[in-house]
Amino acid sequence: MRGKVVAGIDVGGTFTDLILIDGREGGGVSIAKTPTTTDNQAYGVVAALGATKFPVPEIDLIVHGTTTTTNAVLERRLARTGMITTEGFRDIIELGRRTRPQPYGMTGTFVPVIPRNLRLEVPERVEASGKVRLPLDEEAMRAAVKQLIDAGCESLVIHFLHAYANPAHEQRAAEIAAETWPNAYITTGHSLLSEAREFERGVTAAVNASVQPILERYVNRLRGELEGLGYARDFLIMNGNGGMISARFVTRESAKTVMSGPASGVIAAAYTGKRAGFENLVTYDMGGTSTDVALIRNAEPAVSSETEIEYAMPIHVPMVAVHTVGAGGGSIARVDASGLIQVGPESAGASPGPICYGRGGEEPTITDANLLLGRLDPKRLLAVDAPVTVEHVRKIFEEKIGRAAGLDAVQAAGAVLRLGNIKMAGAIRMVSVGRGHDPRDFALFAFGGAGPLHASALARELGLPTVLVPARPGITNALGCVVADLRHDFVNTVNQPVALLDEAAMRAVLERHREEGEALIAKEAVTPETIRTIHSADMQFVGQTHILNVELPSPDVDRATLQALFEKAYFARFRVELPEIRASLVNLNTSVIGARAAVDLSRLIDPAGRAATLDGALRETRPVWFDGTWQDTPVYLREKLPLDAIVAGPAILEQMDATTVLEPGDRAVSDADGNIIVEVGK
Amino acid sequence: MSLDAITLSVIQAALQQTCDEMDLTFSRAAFSPVIAEANDRSDGIYSAVDGALIAQGSQGLPVFVGVMQYSTKTIIEMIADGRCLAPEEGDIYIVNDPYLGGTHLMDVRFAMPVWRDGKIFCWLSNTGHWPDIGGSVPGGFSASATAVEQEGLRLPPVKLFKKGRLDPEIYAIITSNIRVADQRIGDIRAQAAALHVGQDRLFAILDRYGDETVVAAIAELRRRAAEQMRANIAAMPDGIYRSKAFVDSDGVVDEPLTIALAIEKKGDGLTFDFSGSSKPCAGPMNSVLATTLSSVYLAMRHIFPDVPISAGAFEPLDVIRPEGTFLDAKYPRPVSGCAAEVSQRIAEAVFAAMVQALPDKVTAAPAGSSGNFALGGHDPARGRDFVMYQISGGGYGGNAGGDGLSNGCSTIGISKSPPVEIMEQAYPILYRRYALREGSGGAGKHRGGFGLAYEVELLRGEARASFVMDHGRVGPQGALGGQDGAVNSVTVWRDGKAHVPKHLSKEQDIPLKAGDRVAVGTPGGGGYGDPAQRDPALVRRDVAMGYYTPEQAARMFGAAASDVDGTPMKGA
Repeated sequence: MRGKVVAGIDVGGTFTDLILIDGREGGGVSIAKTPTTTDNQAYGVVAALGATKFPVPEIDLIVHGTTTTTNAVLERRLARTGMITTEGFRDIIELGRRTRPQPYGMTGTFVPVIPRNLRLEVPERVEASGKVRLPLDEEAMRAAVKQLIDAGCESLVIHFLHAYANPAHEQRAAEIAAETWPNAYITTGHSLLSEAREFERGVTAAVNASVQPILERYVNRLRGELEGLGYARDFLIMNGNGGMISARFVTRESAKTVMSGPASGVIAAAYTGKRAGFENLVTYDMGGTSTDVALIRNAEPAVSSETEIEYAMPIHVPMVAVHTVGAGGGSIARVDASGLIQVGPESAGASPGPICYGRGGEEPTITDANLLLGRLDPKRLLAVDAPVTVEHVRKIFEEKIGRAAGLDAVQAAGAVLRLGNIKMAGAIRMVSVGRGHDPRDFALFAFGGAGPLHASALARELGLPTVLVPARPGITNALGCVVADLRHDFVNTVNQPVALLDEAAMRAVLERHREEGEALIAKEAVTPETIRTIHSADMQFVGQTHILNVELPSPDVDRATLQALFEKAYFARFRVELPEIRASLVNLNTSVIGARAAVDLSRLIDPAGRAATLDGALRETRPVWFDGTWQDTPVYLREKLPLDAIVAGPAILEQMDATTVLEPGDRAVSDADGNIIVEVGK
Repeated sequence: MSLDAITLSVIQAALQQTCDEMDLTFSRAAFSPVIAEANDRSDGIYSAVDGALIAQGSQGLPVFVGVMQYSTKTIIEMIADGRCLAPEEGDIYIVNDPYLGGTHLMDVRFAMPVWRDGKIFCWLSNTGHWPDIGGSVPGGFSASATAVEQEGLRLPPVKLFKKGRLDPEIYAIITSNIRVADQRIGDIRAQAAALHVGQDRLFAILDRYGDETVVAAIAELRRRAAEQMRANIAAMPDGIYRSKAFVDSDGVVDEPLTIALAIEKKGDGLTFDFSGSSKPCAGPMNSVLATTLSSVYLAMRHIFPDVPISAGAFEPLDVIRPEGTFLDAKYPRPVSGCAAEVSQRIAEAVFAAMVQALPDKVTAAPAGSSGNFALGGHDPARGRDFVMYQISGGGYGGNAGGDGLSNGCSTIGISKSPPVEIMEQAYPILYRRYALREGSGGAGKHRGGFGLAYEVELLRGEARASFVMDHGRVGPQGALGGQDGAVNSVTVWRDGKAHVPKHLSKEQDIPLKAGDRVAVGTPGGGGYGDPAQRDPALVRRDVAMGYYTPEQAARMFGAAASDVDGTPMKGA
C-alpha cells in the first residue's frame, strides 16, 4: 500500500495520544500525549501533531480514533432529531424492554435519545412475514416531515415495524423525506441493523441519526485543521468493529464509531500479541473509573452485536466485544457497617479523583493504595495539580479504613489493593476465561496507565501463566489506529434447524458477503495488501434463545460439519452434551478484512537508548510492600533495560506513562519489539 | 478461630462470585426463555446443618431471595428422618413442592450436597422457572384453580441424579407429566451444570484458604450481615408503622384480599405482623410461608441493597407466622399466583409502611404486577397449537430523588419483556399499538412513572385469553401526600363489543376469534409528596411531551399546573 509514514491518533477522555511510525529508511517513531480538548477535539489532535515536530505534509496516512460520538450520546449532547414511526409505536425507544438499572432498588431514570414531542407516527403496517397490511400514507408522511422540519430538527429517523423483513415502506418514506429534508441526515431503521427487535433497532438508528451532524462537523473541522497543516489526503476513522473507514464515508453509519477507542486498543493487542507469539489474550485496560476487558483467540478479537453503552442504550451493530468492568484506579474503598472492607462500585472518577491527584479527593482509592505501598512513585505527586503529601494519604487510610478494620494505614492499603484485585479478577473471569476457556492457554495483555500495575497480581488470581506488557502501554489505542485493517462485517439471519438448511443457499449468502465487502474496500482511498475473509455462524440448540458463535473453516460448509462444530463449541463452553436435541443456525456472519502492510514495532522504544547492563537501567531501590512486608525493590527505567535482560521480581519498571510491577517470584524478559513478557510466579 | 477483616472480605467476595458464576452458567445454557431471557432463576450456597443461606447470586430473581434456604432445610430434615434417601456423592435432589419451602410449582429447585473428606460441607441449590409443569393450563398460571393438583405435577425431594447420573425413571415420570417435555432435558442439564460450576469454584476457595478458615468466615460473615442490617434499622425512629395492600381478588371469588401489616421498630429489630390479613382463599392467590418470608426480605433488600443476601441479614427481621391467613397457605390450597402477584402486594405493604419511617430511602408504590396475559389457541396457517405469554412492566413510584421510572420491571423480577416483532413472528397476532400509557403516573411532587398501553389482535383461528394481573381495583399507592397511580385495565373486544373481566385483572379462557382484540393498560406508579409542590416547569414539560393532557395536569397537579399552555405535539 502507498505510504510509509503513518500516524495513529486516539482521542481519549483525558489525553489525546499519537504515535507516528516513519517506515522510510532511517525513519523513527514519534510519540505524543497532549490533553484532550473537549469542546473541539481537533485542537488536541493538532497539538499532538505539533508536539512530534514531524513535518505534517510528509505524513502519508492519518488514522483517527475519536470519542466524539460516544461522548455525545453519554452526555446527551445530540443533534435535534425527529423520529417517524409506525402508527401506535412512537414510544418504543422510550419504553424499552421493561427493565430497571439494577436488580435491587426501585429507582432509576432514563432519558430517551429523542424526546417524545419529536416522535411522530404515520399510518402504515408491515406484518412479520413482510407482507404489507396497510400501505404507507404518503400524505401523512409529508405532513410529519414538515412538522419536524418546522420544529427545527436537523436529523431524521424513520423506524417502521418489521422493516428488516420488508424495507419498502422505510425506503419510500426516506424518498419522501429527502424531497424536503434540508440535508442528508436521514437514517432508516433497517439500514444499520436488519434484524427483528424494534427497541434495539430503533435505538441504534436513533443514536446514528442524532450523532451524524456532530460527527460530520467534527470530521470537517479536523479536515480543515489538517489541511492547514499541509495534510491534504483522505484520513481514516476507527470504527467500533476494529476496522477503519474513510472519513468521507464514516458519517453515514456514525453509530459504528461508538466504542472505537476501546476497540482500537484490542486491535493493537491482537497485533502486538501475534508478533510476540501470543495469539490467545485477555486484554486488560485499567482506567480511572472502569476497566475494559476483551478476549482474543487465535489473534482474532471476539466481536459482538449486543453492545449496550449504558443502561437501556443498546447499539446492535458488530463491534469488538469489549466488556467494561466497574472498577478502576479511582474505585473508592470503605468499611461497611459490618466492619468489612469493600472496594467500589463507587468511584472518585477523574474529578475529584484519588486523594493523591490533589484535586480535592478525600476518599481512599486503589490508586492511593498503590502510592502508600510504594508501587507508585511518591515523587510523581509533584506532577499533579496541587500536591498532597503521602502523609495526608496515609492519614485518610488510617481514619477511614484502618481504624474500623483494626489495621494500620499500610495494612489497610494492602487490604484495599488485594480486594480490588479480587473483585476485578472475578469480574474479568466472568467475561473471559470463565466462558469455557482454559486460563492456561491465555496471556494477560496489560495496557492503559494502570493495567501493568496490577497485571501480575490479577494473572495469579485468574490462573493465567503469562503477562504481556507492550512497549508503550499508555498509547495502545493510538497504536491500534496505526495497525488497524479495513473491515466490513455482515450478518444474515437464517433461523433454521441445521437439518433443514439449504447448503447451496448458505454458501451463496457467505459468498455474497465476501463480494460486498471486497467492493466496499475497493472504494477506499487506501489499498490493502491482502484481503482475508472470516466466516462464522451463530448457533443454538432448537428452543434456546442464547447463541454461541462458531467459526467456519470455509464458506463450503455442510450440515454435518456445522452440527459437529457447534456441539464441540457447546461442550467446551458448558460441559454439556445434548444428543437429544437438534442444533439450529441463527445467523451467518462474515468479516471481510483488508490487511494493511505490516508495521514494524521494534522501534517503539528506541534501541539506541538501551543500557548495556541491567544496572545501567537501575534508577533507585525503594521499599515496596509485597505479601505483608516491605521489600527493598529495584526500580528500573524500562526504556533503558537491555533487550536481553532478565528481571526477577520483586521489581518495578517505570516509563513515561505506565508503571509495571513484578511480584516476587515473577520473571520477566524482553522480546525484539520491546514487549515485557512476565512469567508469573506461583 | 479469629479472622482478620482482610481474609473475611476476600472470602465474602469469592463466595459471591461463585454464586454469580452459577447464575450466569444457568442462564446461558438454559432452554426455557423464562430462564435464559427473563433470568427467572437463582443460585446459592446453603449451610449443611440447617440450610441457612450463606451466599446468593446478585443477579438472581429477587423473589427467590432467601427462599431456597427453606427447601434446603426441608431436604436436610427429611433425610434425617428417613423420608428422603440419604445422599451420596454426585446426587442431586429435585423438588418443587410449594408447602416444603417453595413458591409455585413452576419453580423447580435442584439441591446438591458438596462433599469434603467424605462429609457434606454445604449445599448448593438453584431454582429455575420451567415453562410448564403440567396441570390444567399450559404454563401453570390457572386463574381459577381451587386445589394444587389442578396446578401441575408436585415433586417431593427425590434424587434426579444418582452418583452423577440422571435417573431415567424419575426423568420419565417428569417428562410424562409436562408439556413441551422434549426441551426440558436442556434445562435439566443447564441447572445441573450451574451447580457443578459452583462446586468447582467452591473447591478452589477451600483449597486456597483452608476449610477451617472458610467455615469460620461463613459464621463471621453471617454475624456481620446481621449487624449491618441492625445498624440500618437502628437508624429508624422507634414506632409502629401500619399499611395495607389489596389483591383485586383470588380469581374465583370476586372480593378483594387484604394484606394488613404492622411493622414495629424497636431498638435494632423489626417485627412484621400480618394479623388482620384475609383468610386463605379459594383461588390461586394464596401464598406459602416461604414465599411470604421471601417477599418481606426482597422488599427490605430493595430498601437496603448494600446488605449482602445471607441468613444473617434476615435475623433482625422477625416475621410473625401469619397462620390462618392467605399468606400462610397449607395443602391443598392453590398457589400459582403467590410468586408473581401476591409477593408484590406484600412488598408494596412493606414499602408503604417503611416509607413513613424512611422517606428518603423508600419509594411510593411501583406498578407491582407481572402483567401475565396468556393466549392459547390454534394457528390454522401453521396447523399447530400455540401458547404465548405477554408479560409487562408498569410505572415505578416517585421518590425522594425524583420521578418514577416508566415501564419498569415487576418488583420481584429482573426480566425483559419480549419484543413486539418477535411475538408477531411466533404467534398469529398483530399489535395495534404498544405505547406509553398517558396520564397513568400518580401525581406528586415527584410523580409516578407511566405504565404501558398495548392492544393485540388475533389474526387467525380461535384462541382463549387468560389474565393474571393485579391493581385493577386500587392503583399503586402514593406516599407522603402523593396520589395513587392509574389502575390496571383490561378490555377484550369481541365482535366489536367490549368485555371487561368481572374480576378486573383476572379471568381465564375468554374465547376469541380472528379480529377480536385485547387492550391492556398497566398501572402507573404512585406519586410521592404533595402534587401542588411539583416544580411547574416539570408539569409544563410533562404536558409538552404529551404525558398528561392540559386538563389532566390541571386536575392532578392543581396550582403547579397553573401556567400550562398550548397543546402537545401529537402524531401526524
